[in-house]
Amino acid sequence: MSPLSVAAPIAGPRSGPVDDRAMPAIHAVDLRKEFRRRERVGRRLATKNSVALAPATFRVERGECVAILGQNGSGKSTLVRLLSTLLLPDGGTARVFGHDIRTDARAVRRIVNRVSVEASFFKKLSAVENLSYAARFYGIRAADSRARIPEILERLSFPADRRREPMEHLSRGMQQKVALARALLTAPAVLLLDEPTTGLDPRSKLEVQALVTDMQGQHDATVLLCTHDLAEAEELADRVGILHRGQLIALEAAAELKQRYGATTLEQAFFAATGGGLDDEIDPDDNRHEGGGSP
Amino acid sequence: MMMRTELTGLAGVVERNVYLVKRYAWWEVAFFGYTLASSYTIVLVAKGIQATGGRLDVNRVTTVLLIGAVVWAYLSGIFEVLTDTVAWERWEGTIEYTFMAPLPRPVHLFGMGVFAIAYSLLRAALLFAVMAFLFHLAMPTANFIGAFAVLAVASVSFIGIGMMTAVLPLISPEKGTQLGFMAQGLLLAVSGVYYDVSVLPAPLRAVSRFSPATYTLDGIRSSIIGGTGAGGLWHDLWPLMVIGAVSIPLGLWVFHRGEVHAKRHGKLKRSG
Repeated sequence: MSPLSVAAPIAGPRSGPVDDRAMPAIHAVDLRKEFRRRERVGRRLATKNSVALAPATFRVERGECVAILGQNGSGKSTLVRLLSTLLLPDGGTARVFGHDIRTDARAVRRIVNRVSVEASFFKKLSAVENLSYAARFYGIRAADSRARIPEILERLSFPADRRREPMEHLSRGMQQKVALARALLTAPAVLLLDEPTTGLDPRSKLEVQALVTDMQGQHDATVLLCTHDLAEAEELADRVGILHRGQLIALEAAAELKQRYGATTLEQAFFAATGGGLDDEIDPDDNRHEGGGSP
Repeated sequence: MMMRTELTGLAGVVERNVYLVKRYAWWEVAFFGYTLASSYTIVLVAKGIQATGGRLDVNRVTTVLLIGAVVWAYLSGIFEVLTDTVAWERWEGTIEYTFMAPLPRPVHLFGMGVFAIAYSLLRAALLFAVMAFLFHLAMPTANFIGAFAVLAVASVSFIGIGMMTAVLPLISPEKGTQLGFMAQGLLLAVSGVYYDVSVLPAPLRAVSRFSPATYTLDGIRSSIIGGTGAGGLWHDLWPLMVIGAVSIPLGLWVFHRGEVHAKRHGKLKRSG
């Protein structure tokens, strides 16, 4: 057990469809998202659509960790934002433990949480204050969160003497730990991680990765991890997906992916699948098609 | 059980705002100083007119102006807190976490409303007390319970309108907040903030009938200057109740439409 291991459940038991072990944690069918904007082309206004996510069909099983690889602008964050009900899909469906993200959004929100590349907090508030009110949004009472917050922060090796300091005084690694604590506090059945270790020092990165493994192994959490880090994907994920220009072009075990592309490393497989490196950026205009113009 | 979860969520919204007020305490003092200074310049107008030879009941006009300034400050507080529902969260980047939490939007907005009323009431009461002291205002017949009753009923309408303006930063991240202040200014301009609505041009006078601030100002002035009790304020209270009954569901609907728009166009995120 790593020093970050979580020995006891972080939050109370989940109920409802989450108890159905056969039900996929995430099931998307032709899930699609486009962004429209109106631009003046010559003397007329034209609607330009850029495809953020082309129709995507996939399943993530309960307890599984799936990593999604893709360049900047490939649609990873759009996928995470769709599953966390922050975006409305333009087509298709996605269900999280049977709950439709569009029609049953509140039920989805109860079982999903997220950690993204930006550890977003009220910067003048302390870690404890930020966590305390956030817990309340998930129906966790003050008495419960008062006990649970120090416990979670301790397990994340967050120094006790800095819990009441404003977030703006903390390092990025520490802020990211608080972001993880915010997600763990609600014991999510599905944890959406959008580049959670980007910009962290090696030690913080390992700590965060160890915690994700613990969450998955000991708390039956399903993890969807969007990352640039190929080693991280290979280390943590049961299956690896590749998103390229909004298209989910592969989703299989890392070994199978390498075999399919005749590659010895995941990086080579990624190059072969996409024709580019992970650090390349995709111009959103490349995914764009013109719609009906108006004079 | 469900009700308890929602009350816990509502308490969370209030708790967060209390933390923010505590952490920005010195800014609160600075802003209160600004409100005090701007109100002082307005309330001083009555003495100024007298000093230049005008003939008026200085005590009465000063009280009329003070009530206008206090209601303006009260409304500013409410609109500011409600507009922060989106604007501040977008700036800090917490907006995505708040909007993906299983907190029903009406509970979220009512939580902001409860805090807005408490916060604004405290500021307005303090402003009134300080100004009354500075101007040695005599209010021997004032009925403060009646004034409080009017403000309490009016607050429901103000929260409803505040919900509508709170959605503006969701639609226009850059200019939405300023549009909220504009709405507040227009609301008070047609409601007789420093004058009687009878001096307004006929079209604006017609509009003033639909503004809750019109009845709020009239009711509070009747209570404080005329000493009217809650029982005698029915002609101001019933329109406020009607506007409140309409503005809350309308405010929730407008906010919901704005949220759907933001989710469709990808605007529910930090920095627009």
